[in-house]
Amino acid sequence: MPRSWDSSHSKRSFHIVRKVIMSFAIKVNDNTHSVDVDGDTPLLWVLRDVLGMTGTKFGCGIAQCGACTVHIDGIATRSCVTSIESLGKSQITTIEAIGNTPAGAKIQKAWLDHEVVQCGYCQSGQIMSASALLASNPHPSNADIDDAMSGNICRCGTYVRIREAINLAAQTNEKRG
Amino acid sequence: MIPDRIAFCASDTNLSRRSFLGTSAAIGGGLMLSLTLPLGRSEAASSDSFAPNAFIRIGSDSQVVLTMPYVEMGQGTYTSIPMLIAEELDVSLKQVWLEHAPPNEKLYANPLLGVQATGNSNAMRGAWKPLREAGATARIMLVAAATKRWGVDAKSCRTEDGEVIHVPTGRRLKYGEVVADAANMPVPGNVTLKSPGDFKLIGTRAKRLDAPEKVNGTALYGIDARPAGVKIATLAQSPVFGGRVKSVDDTAAKAVKGVRQIVRLDDAVAVVADHMGAAKKGLAALKIEWDDGQHAKLATEEIARKLEQATLGSGAVAQNIGDADKAMASATTKVEASYQVPFLAHATMEPMNCTVHFRKDECEIWIGNQAVARVQAMAAKEAGLSPDKVIIRNHLIGGGFGRRLEADGAVRAVQIAKHVDGPVKVVWTREEDIQHDMYRPYWFDRISAGLDKQGKPVAWKNRFAGSSVIARWLPPAFKDGLDPDSTEGAIDLVYDLPNFHVEYVRAEPPGIPTAFWRSVGPSHNVFVTESFIDELAAAAKQDAVAYRRALLGKSPRAKAVLDLAAEKAGWGQPLPKGTGRGVSLQFAFGSWLALVAEVEVSKAGTVRVQRVVCAIDCGTVINPDTVQAQIQSGIIFGATAALYGEITLKDGRVEQTNFDTYQMLRMNETPTIEVHVVESTEPPGGMGETGTSAIVPAIANAVFAAAGRRLRKMPVDASLLKRA
Repeated sequence: MPRSWDSSHSKRSFHIVRKVIMSFAIKVNDNTHSVDVDGDTPLLWVLRDVLGMTGTKFGCGIAQCGACTVHIDGIATRSCVTSIESLGKSQITTIEAIGNTPAGAKIQKAWLDHEVVQCGYCQSGQIMSASALLASNPHPSNADIDDAMSGNICRCGTYVRIREAINLAAQTNEKRG
Repeated sequence: MIPDRIAFCASDTNLSRRSFLGTSAAIGGGLMLSLTLPLGRSEAASSDSFAPNAFIRIGSDSQVVLTMPYVEMGQGTYTSIPMLIAEELDVSLKQVWLEHAPPNEKLYANPLLGVQATGNSNAMRGAWKPLREAGATARIMLVAAATKRWGVDAKSCRTEDGEVIHVPTGRRLKYGEVVADAANMPVPGNVTLKSPGDFKLIGTRAKRLDAPEKVNGTALYGIDARPAGVKIATLAQSPVFGGRVKSVDDTAAKAVKGVRQIVRLDDAVAVVADHMGAAKKGLAALKIEWDDGQHAKLATEEIARKLEQATLGSGAVAQNIGDADKAMASATTKVEASYQVPFLAHATMEPMNCTVHFRKDECEIWIGNQAVARVQAMAAKEAGLSPDKVIIRNHLIGGGFGRRLEADGAVRAVQIAKHVDGPVKVVWTREEDIQHDMYRPYWFDRISAGLDKQGKPVAWKNRFAGSSVIARWLPPAFKDGLDPDSTEGAIDLVYDLPNFHVEYVRAEPPGIPTAFWRSVGPSHNVFVTESFIDELAAAAKQDAVAYRRALLGKSPRAKAVLDLAAEKAGWGQPLPKGTGRGVSLQFAFGSWLALVAEVEVSKAGTVRVQRVVCAIDCGTVINPDTVQAQIQSGIIFGATAALYGEITLKDGRVEQTNFDTYQMLRMNETPTIEVHVVESTEPPGGMGETGTSAIVPAIANAVFAAAGRRLRKMPVDASLLKRA
């Protein structure tokens, strides 16, 4: 039977009352951009088509595949269902800058060391989800990994290596306790 | 910092430079090099680089540029092909830059297919000899240039890491220092390739050359093309195949901020906008009335019924050994079954897209495609231009699986671009991508066998019906009612079957286009044959591995992988209730693969694949890490199909829309996968698809072991497996 993956962490919990605004100021990777689009335009298309940041990928448009994952104030978020008007002063981080964060750099290195990628199209989103996981949970269990990563589809089936790479990256974190 | 090593795309400069380099007998096999045209040589020299063939260019700065005749869609070709060339050229992979090949059937045809295409798991099989020879040829010419300068004998020199070294004196010349001279050296007629014992790269876990840019967001896929001034379009195509647009009310769509233009075609409507957000919003605001046409009432059940009927008649004989009818008549036991596999969508993670700039007398196309020469030819036809006026810029591919062997997306984009001033990127929504795919065919199989007193199969008969993709895609390869793809995995079985008769009935379904899908023919045939041999073992009350093993007298490599997989999987050891093991064994794509799946069937009838153990003999291994990755990949792709994959039609429309209704296996459902590789010095076999076809019957057989229920129709139907 069809089953919808829980995409709750992709939904923003607040809304800004819509006003007649001609443009929105958004902060992406520490740069502020002014964009002139409808307020309900998903962040994904602003990143890709307006700002030309093509590292964030389109996969489904309904928060089912995770290819479009970015961080909004550090939280892994599906940009395909996140409207530009919902962002306010939030800090957006994309794959292009995730390597500047400690968790992102560790994840990228583990991805290379463990040779995770195949076609690579979903990997921006996988890395964004994994980086958010590692930043908030330095030593994730297998169940934690399932929980954080099962919203990201990989058609090449790199899941086995993604799990191993996250464990590899976690090993470089200080032992807990 | 690791530099990005994949050039954005093949430039016009490369095209024109390359066009001076002819080729000899590339189509249908033979050497793909041409080193004979004097014009090409002088051109190569004047452009300050050494281009001994269509794959290698070395500049005076010693930069080595390799043109990739096979595309990278995840399977690792952009690492393994450079490994072949670099091995013989004696350069390190760190010195290598890559570029996508432009369309050119003469220079870049796959010798095994006869066309420029990446598919059928045969890039390595096609490249194994010619691309090592390409590297060796270049090396010999570079050495000749160095020895001439030094006035020494070639035998006193060796090469390493892009340098020629005169061994007695220790003198060295970088390749770049001799490229101008090398271009004027005689072309060696026959080159001797390294013996396996001398390999430095082949057989190593060389790192993927495309990985660094795929982890930092800089890798460019077709969907990332952004020529200056590009507009973004998305589209609605007739929901029923063959239907047409009756009327369009685009008032509301045109009012959407950012929407620039509505393009109405016979069977589709596109919204052109500043960005995809506006295009999608505009599309949602369109009011389109469709004329559904003749397939308005089409349903999958009707197609299945027609295919079933087709198996009652006679078909083209794909293989006949002995006399199956006579042997069947005298058999002790007769086993009969029918099997069905559904239509499947590809659902590549990168949705279908193509960017086109249609100008007055030429057309420029940005795309990621497995068959760029086909794209060029079909786009040219649609554009009303000669193919040389259509510039193709290929890209990394965000999932191919056969979908991007087709040019329908490019043709559609050209149709739209004809109406647009400036470049336009046509991006399909996921819903369009799934509902207007070209699908893995539906197949219906009628199969029977006769067993002797000991339970051994003495007769085997199989007649199956379905679409021939080859008949449409490569018509010359469809002969006498047969093609090599539709029958692969149904004939030439590894088993000793003395009386064997297999027929294929080509039956094209109406109202739904079909295409290659990862593991193609075997995706269907191996499910049927490996499920049925399991049925025979059960009918004979014998162990599934032992039963197969007794039939492998002529197939020692098959027996070796079966034994290895069974041993590593702990075949025969007890499992908890509700859990079972299933085996499959196949020879396909030039590789032998045995696979054992362990599944758990819940009380509700849901199936979970817990563990997969496989043993592969794929001949010489170019890169063991890639072999392991491709097996993991193929297994997850096939398991996804076995558990969830099904495209159905109702009222002529595909019922599935997106990943909520066309499900994919996810991280939390992924089994552990163990891959054991048999060492071999035989020529390489294919790896990209073999896991996909093998896993499906292994899962079905494991379900039978766990729940006692035989699955003869894919995907798994939990309602059949439900326990009280």
